[in-house]
Amino acid sequence: MSTVQTKSRPSLISGLRNFNLRAYGMIIALALIMLLFQVLSVVVQNQDFITPLNLTNVILQNSYILILAIGMMLVIVNGHIDLSVGSVLAFCGAVSAIALSDWGLPWYLAVLVAVAVGALIGVWQGFWIAYVRIPAFIVTLAGMLIFRGLTIMVLDAETLGTSGTYNQLASGYQLFGYDLKLLTLVVGIAGAVLYAFFEARSRSRQLKAGIAGSSQLAWIAKVVVVVAVIAGAAFVFYSHKGLPIIGWILLALVLLYSFIANRTVFGRHVYAGGGNEKAALLSGVKTKQTTFWVFVNMGALAGLAGVIVTARLQSAAPGAGEMFELHAIASSFIGGASVTGGVGTIIGAVIGGLVMGVMNQGMSILSVGQDMQSVILGLVVLAAVLFDVWNKKRSSGGGLPLVGTTSGGSGEAKRKKDAEKAPAKASAE
Amino acid sequence: MSEDILRMRGITKRFPGVLALSGVDMRVKRATIHALVGENGAGKSTLMKVLSGVYAHGDFEGEIEFEGRPARFRNIRDSESAGVVIIHQELALVGELSIAENIFLGNEQKSGGFISWAKTNTEASRLMKQVGLQDNPQTLVEKIGVGKQQLVEIAKALSKNVKLLILDEPTAALNDTDSENLLDLLRALRDEGVTCIIISHKLGEVLSVADSITVLRDGQTIETLATEADGVTQDRLIKSMVGRDLEHLYPPHEPTIGEVFFEVKDWTVHHPDQRERVIVNNAEINVARGEIVGLAGLMGAGRTEFAMSVFGRSWGSDISGTVTLDGKRLRIRSVPEAIEAGLAYATEDRKHYGLHLDYDLRENFTLPGLSKLSKYGVVDQHGINAVSERLRTEFGVKAPSVYSLAGNLSGGNQQKIVLGKWVFTEPELLILDEPTRGIDVGAKYEIYELIHKLVDQGKGVLMISSELPELLGMCDRIYAMSAGHITGQVDRANATQEELMRLMTLETASGGEELRQ
Repeated sequence: MSTVQTKSRPSLISGLRNFNLRAYGMIIALALIMLLFQVLSVVVQNQDFITPLNLTNVILQNSYILILAIGMMLVIVNGHIDLSVGSVLAFCGAVSAIALSDWGLPWYLAVLVAVAVGALIGVWQGFWIAYVRIPAFIVTLAGMLIFRGLTIMVLDAETLGTSGTYNQLASGYQLFGYDLKLLTLVVGIAGAVLYAFFEARSRSRQLKAGIAGSSQLAWIAKVVVVVAVIAGAAFVFYSHKGLPIIGWILLALVLLYSFIANRTVFGRHVYAGGGNEKAALLSGVKTKQTTFWVFVNMGALAGLAGVIVTARLQSAAPGAGEMFELHAIASSFIGGASVTGGVGTIIGAVIGGLVMGVMNQGMSILSVGQDMQSVILGLVVLAAVLFDVWNKKRSSGGGLPLVGTTSGGSGEAKRKKDAEKAPAKASAE
Repeated sequence: MSEDILRMRGITKRFPGVLALSGVDMRVKRATIHALVGENGAGKSTLMKVLSGVYAHGDFEGEIEFEGRPARFRNIRDSESAGVVIIHQELALVGELSIAENIFLGNEQKSGGFISWAKTNTEASRLMKQVGLQDNPQTLVEKIGVGKQQLVEIAKALSKNVKLLILDEPTAALNDTDSENLLDLLRALRDEGVTCIIISHKLGEVLSVADSITVLRDGQTIETLATEADGVTQDRLIKSMVGRDLEHLYPPHEPTIGEVFFEVKDWTVHHPDQRERVIVNNAEINVARGEIVGLAGLMGAGRTEFAMSVFGRSWGSDISGTVTLDGKRLRIRSVPEAIEAGLAYATEDRKHYGLHLDYDLRENFTLPGLSKLSKYGVVDQHGINAVSERLRTEFGVKAPSVYSLAGNLSGGNQQKIVLGKWVFTEPELLILDEPTRGIDVGAKYEIYELIHKLVDQGKGVLMISSELPELLGMCDRIYAMSAGHITGQVDRANATQEELMRLMTLETASGGEELRQ
């Protein structure tokens, strides 16, 4: 029996209460963290933290984690986990370095090889997870060991150097010899204007249909924040050397995957399958197929991230990408993924990754040791999930659900429970 | 001591933006069975949560007096140690543990700081005997049926020296025999001095078991009736619950029945894990356009399994038989193909299998029909919004907006979403599995009207229900199923509960064949 249904009468207050804290709260949290480090570094080191150089470095140093986080978010939303991405990244990076340096392939083919190898690994893992229904935790744990081993094997336990245009992917600022500085500013401003335009159009359509999703105030606040962030970021990168190539790649990936997640049938099925697999199945969602492609996609993105890591280090190393899987997973959870699946956004994963990156950068400037950095990042992950739990309780209207809702548990466990639950009548025999 | 074991006065409970209970009064006499009835959302569960300490003292206004003393429960532990035990609709049992372990879960039988299994098992046996459970105390709970699980819960309550036992929809998932057993047990407990408060939607059951009945509506006490002294009838209760007269329980309807268009023949389904077990045996049914066809059967008869196996083989293994729609044989291997072919199946378990509770109305309404709202795999966001708003209005879903989460709505409104999402796929045949389970009288009526609207458009409906009066009230023709066989069919004019019950309990091995002719 639910007494909640009359809860949110449209009013200013309830509009604010329904304001999606998780989504826009992340942007605000990121801004606050940056401000905090700005204050601290002025006080402690007598220097600015928020400088175009520092922020560009955050992007450069975390690009591969962000790429992984995009794929990881889809994996987690679909109710799974991928522990193998660090090893897969290393293996793909190694293969592409071999393709480039030993086989003498052009840089773009070396990139393609890495992405293709990653996708094939995704096919391998996705098959076991989606069709044989071995828990993703196990399959990718095995993958983590397998592909680390293979990386060392193909590299003969040595580091293999890369050179030329390939390396520009991770740290270059010029595309085919053209400077991207002015383009950064133009695209940024155009993006902000376009965003506002599309938001306004969709808002007016919703209002016309009488189904506005949030109050006027909340909507305006959201648009103002996002426009400010886009324009601000564009200006910051413009004042350094423009958005680096990897920044453009990331931007394209974020837009592409946000579109896939929100606006395609495939994307909606990824969510539906993760949110309630059984209900999705009975609604005609091809849940196995969806899961399979989610892992193929994760593999391909790990391959791309492998290229970026290799290019950034200008070499493929046997130990590359260790612990990256954990950073990608942490980014997703900081960025609002639900531990039970079904919830999370691409932009959230990226912001989650940026939160970690900014904190790393900031703490390094403040000369906080690696040991302490690790402790603090761990606490941030915990706090983010804690925030989620609190937020869920808040939006579910007070009373702690005593029975019937599980407060946590992995998507894995939940799905197992659902799968075991044959039709009620059958099990009642 | 006063004869009231419980007095609740002026209970008011607010949630952000909503008044769930407003000055509720309730008195329960010692050693009686007291029923609490009302529509979904009337505040029954909230009131019981207040009583059992789920909402701590201070989270609500008003006074509770238990056994003559003011009760200030801060949590469930407090209320349980006072002797108030609540058994929720969704049982709080751990399937992988034994009956004995479950009974003493959180209250482990120890000697010298360690668990004493001897004590656990003997004590469990004693309690199990008291509730009429004859299984071995070491049997795993997942191996026994829902009816017995309910008894384990009661044994667990007895182990806590319960004085006031609260049961929330105890028979919702039980068949008639198990329900009757449970009600008998409650009567026996009452005679031993245990007071029971029972929340139920099954009014017949309420009238047969309860000594007195409190009716809640919109968070307020409407009245408390003494079942016998006041000569309470179902109609009387319904009127009090919904605050208006319901002419009949079922809306009037003139069926216009067309040609038979859907046929299933020689349908045999095996259990997915135990492949030698035949769950549906040579079943044969047909449905005409504009017709509501019922499927009656006891629990375990194979009704849901039959429906799900037809719907894209979503249950079972080694499925054989033929399905034809409009004379064309359908070869359906998956749910998407079934939807494509014009079939829809609205599950009996809407919370687990029917809806995404964490998602809003839009996601739920458009999931099965998403392909109709997309081009080249890209969905039309505005189309989704518009369709959802249309369905919300059309199906009378009482939700603030299409952005409301399905999980925040009452059972009746959730069921309307399930219907809406299937109607949007424009099916020819709609299979409704227990479409009104656990929803209140008013919402039932609306669901019935929606079903009538569907058949008036020339669609066919196959309706599975455990409530025989509902089948008799709604269906133009009813099949009975027993142990996997279709044991017979009766049409509206000749259908009686007795005849259906006879068919539903028929020994099947030979009986099924004879009766099919």
